[in-house]
Amino acid sequence: MDAIVAQLQRQYRDYTISLYQQGILDDQFTELKKMQDDGSDFVAEVLSLFFEDCVRLIGNMARALDQTGTVDFSIVGASVHQLKGSSSSVGAKRVKGLCVTFKEFCDTQNYEGCVRCLQQVDIEYKTLKTKLQDMFNLEKQIVQAGGKVPQVDIN
Amino acid sequence: MARDGGVSCLRRSAEMMNVGIESAPLDLDEVHVLAVDDSLVDRIVIERLLRVTSCKVTAVDSGWRALEFLGLDNEKASAEFDRLKVDLIITDYCMPGMTGYELLKKIKESSNFREVPVVIMSSENVLTRIDRCLEEGAEDFLLKPVKLADVKRLRSHLTTKDVKLSNGNKRKLPEDSDSVHTTSLPATTLPPSPPLTILSDSSPSLSPVEMFSSSALSSPIDDEDGDVLLTSSPESSPTTEEESPIRRQKLRSPGLD
Repeated sequence: MDAIVAQLQRQYRDYTISLYQQGILDDQFTELKKMQDDGSDFVAEVLSLFFEDCVRLIGNMARALDQTGTVDFSIVGASVHQLKGSSSSVGAKRVKGLCVTFKEFCDTQNYEGCVRCLQQVDIEYKTLKTKLQDMFNLEKQIVQAGGKVPQVDIN
Repeated sequence: MARDGGVSCLRRSAEMMNVGIESAPLDLDEVHVLAVDDSLVDRIVIERLLRVTSCKVTAVDSGWRALEFLGLDNEKASAEFDRLKVDLIITDYCMPGMTGYELLKKIKESSNFREVPVVIMSSENVLTRIDRCLEEGAEDFLLKPVKLADVKRLRSHLTTKDVKLSNGNKRKLPEDSDSVHTTSLPATTLPPSPPLTILSDSSPSLSPVEMFSSSALSSPIDDEDGDVLLTSSPESSPTTEEESPIRRQKLRSPGLD
């Protein structure tokens, strides 16, 4: 049993580190982990709310960009601003980076740029969601195997 | 957690205050913070940050709700609202309707709450914005995303407690005055704040006078007279090895390290 736990923990550690190294997560995600008590689902809950936010805001942006007439870039920009904020607060580094670029395209009223960013943001948040799900699953497996989820030191 | 925009109230009724409960232990470590942010994710995060540092939190989603909670949304000052105990107000800057700056002004204009420290949070590092808020009386300006160290620093400011003794006198608890800190802000004369402790411990080192010292009580007992003035304006950030004094000025880009 211990060997299994140790292997899972190693996997978990490697996987988590890779998410940081790929720039998918940043140190704000580490901060969220710091706020979580053992056994609580705080990080998972916050991220779940974040993903709901993504769906809602991306929907807003898509609708605002899907006008046959004139696009109101300020409306798009308002949603991008919100997404930038919440992605920053949870450590979703790539999503946040895309929002920065997206915001610039809104400010310069660059339609193609906005549409491209919208597609990328959509892909990126979904990617994050899948990877975090894998990470949380590993945590569950470790606990089920009788082990403790290790604190992963990113630095 | 306050997931909706509603308000979890800690209002006290006038009747409660008339009950003689001087013998009950004092609620010293129960710091009550009013957090204002239109973003649900940010609200959850700031609430957690505050809870983890032993604060009681009321989180609302707009400046209007905040004013409503404080009883400042109508002209007549109700006696009931005088009893509301708020130790710190922390608000986002960019909010639809009423900005954090506008909320700050309203709070500073009120007689009941002007002494309560107000901290502004923003995702944007705009110096003119920061200056404007500080000039208007903001205690501090935090750049988002807010970190645990930021909140711990704020928390360490709120360790000056007014102790209501049975004879009705207020007494400030003496604090550890060994810390040396620098500040970039003009400040009125203030009691020194204790050195920032890395480990989250809500009890500062107190003199033996502090007979009522206890860890955070699970059920707060209302026995202070409900006077809203709780602390003098805490001094601005002490420096530690963890953060540079210019964090507030935030010369680094948000999100990068």
